[in-house]
Amino acid sequence: MVALTAATRSPSDAALSLNADRPHRSPLGDIAHTLRQRPLAIVGIGIVLVWLILGVLAPVLPIADPNVQNLTARLKPPSSAHLLGTDELGRDIFSRIIWGARVSVPAGIAVILVTGVVGCALGAIAGYFGGPVEAVIMRAADVILSFPSIILAMTITAVRGGPGLGNALIAVGFVLWPEYARLMRGQVLAIRESEFVTAAKAMGAGERRVLFRHILPSTDAPIVVKATLDVGAAIVLTAGLSFIGLGAVPPTAEWGAMIKQGADKGLQYWWYALVPGVAIMSVVMGLNFFGDGLRDALDPRRRGR
Amino acid sequence: MGIWPYIGRRLAQSILVLLLVSVATFALAHAVPGDPIETVLGERAAGDPEIRAAAERRYGFDQPVPLQYVYFMRNLFHGDLGESITTRRPVMEDLRQFVPGTIELAIAAMLFAIVVGIPLGIIGAVKQDRWPDHVARFIALIGASVPVFWLGLLALYVFFYKLHWLPGPGRLDTGMQAPERITGMVTVDAALRGEWTVFRSSIAHLILPATVLGSFALGIIARMLRSSLIAALGDDYVRTARAKGLSEQGVVVRHAIRNAMIPTVTVLGLTFAGLLAGAVLTETIFSWPGIGRYSVQAALKLDYPSLLGVTLFVATAYVLVNFIVDLIYGLLDPRIRIA
Repeated sequence: MVALTAATRSPSDAALSLNADRPHRSPLGDIAHTLRQRPLAIVGIGIVLVWLILGVLAPVLPIADPNVQNLTARLKPPSSAHLLGTDELGRDIFSRIIWGARVSVPAGIAVILVTGVVGCALGAIAGYFGGPVEAVIMRAADVILSFPSIILAMTITAVRGGPGLGNALIAVGFVLWPEYARLMRGQVLAIRESEFVTAAKAMGAGERRVLFRHILPSTDAPIVVKATLDVGAAIVLTAGLSFIGLGAVPPTAEWGAMIKQGADKGLQYWWYALVPGVAIMSVVMGLNFFGDGLRDALDPRRRGR
Repeated sequence: MGIWPYIGRRLAQSILVLLLVSVATFALAHAVPGDPIETVLGERAAGDPEIRAAAERRYGFDQPVPLQYVYFMRNLFHGDLGESITTRRPVMEDLRQFVPGTIELAIAAMLFAIVVGIPLGIIGAVKQDRWPDHVARFIALIGASVPVFWLGLLALYVFFYKLHWLPGPGRLDTGMQAPERITGMVTVDAALRGEWTVFRSSIAHLILPATVLGSFALGIIARMLRSSLIAALGDDYVRTARAKGLSEQGVVVRHAIRNAMIPTVTVLGLTFAGLLAGAVLTETIFSWPGIGRYSVQAALKLDYPSLLGVTLFVATAYVLVNFIVDLIYGLLDPRIRIA
């Protein structure tokens, strides 16, 4: 059984056990300490923060207006005047990339926050109450998980009336909640039988109080790690929807839409599609580095290695 | 537990999920804003009262919603998925035309991912934390971080536009006639009919899209095999094998890999769904005539019958593949049958 469980066991089992050899630190101190030993994780979160800050500051940065057209400088390769070249309307790609960070990165984070909270809440309710409530929620999750995410997202976007960043984000959120529900349900099932839950019930706590004040705070690590990695997945999925023409619509400076416009123009204008792709890759890689580091930090078996 | 009760239980679960998938698709079809008959027939045909009445009878639109579902299922079992608004043909016929292209692409991508991913995973585990492991992990990480559509563009730019090593988008060189259809997979049909120039061209056209699509699966396979092989190498039976004097190679090949493959096989099922999803974007870039590109065009033109047909087909394929994977899993590892 070992080969199987070691590969599939969630880190939470081990996170609950104590390691006697470690110096005494608070749980948060432990995480910070391990993260400091993972330079890649620090680099990763650094990259993400840089993009976020650039996006927030875009309006006050000394860069060209992302929507100003200059028809005498169309599809120009990178030069000193336009660091990353221009697009078919002569707009500055460097500036559009920075403005794109304002759309893609916060959108990815927001989608995961909402879908994660909703998914976790549904999973917790399913795990705690069981019975028909659980059956309905978990079968719905099964069904959504049996559609490949982008195809379901495409269908939802189309059913909601067609292209648009808002529709794309709703679709992305809709296809991602079931995994959170599954993870959370598993955790709640395990914690539900704990003695402190019995104690809380014995003291007369209501169902809602037991679930939200006692059980939920005890659930942990894997969901945070998953959410970190999923922000990257959400950014890629949203960009993919924009790439096929179902996401952000012109003139929004969104990275996936920029890759599409660049690809439509032709391979000779390589910088046009290359630059937004590098931007997406850097954010997603940053999130993956940070997520992997966070996983190590939250898993005592991997600490100090 | 014997294998039969296990198969029976998994089969029942799969059928339940398929039923729910059909309900979900039916619900999606009803979530479409506007007139359902117009959605199925297109604006022009729906304007004709006779065609309208015929469609109402055929799809049961004049009946209560639960009865409409019964009609929907009856049509489904007759292979009737409605008519595509864009191609003006039955959706089923479109699927028959476009599915083989996707299967051909997915099989080629899977082959690439397995042939490269398995050695990468083994190297990563055997040389754990040394440079081959770091290189393998880095490749896997890049594979997981790069959007597949962008990787496709990059591959086209380098290998087609700059180096001229491989042909560009499409399935065959321009002007070349596809072989008469047997399976619908051009490489297979060309080989079966002995048209070797066409065969060579179709293989050359398959290389780039299959590599791009497979890169995503490659990362997953390599990572999964690496972690399960590392776990297996720490197991008691491996220590026993070493203690009785087996060579390290013998230990890895004969004992550890066999056990480490089990979780990897399961992951292959999940990867298949990922391939179908990736095919949507890969086919778009490489102008590959498969269901991915078909569904994108359907979604852009709000051609709901086609889109829902593809959705239903893909979900069904996914459930079936997972069922088969679970069967293999149960055969490989008797312990699973109890769970």
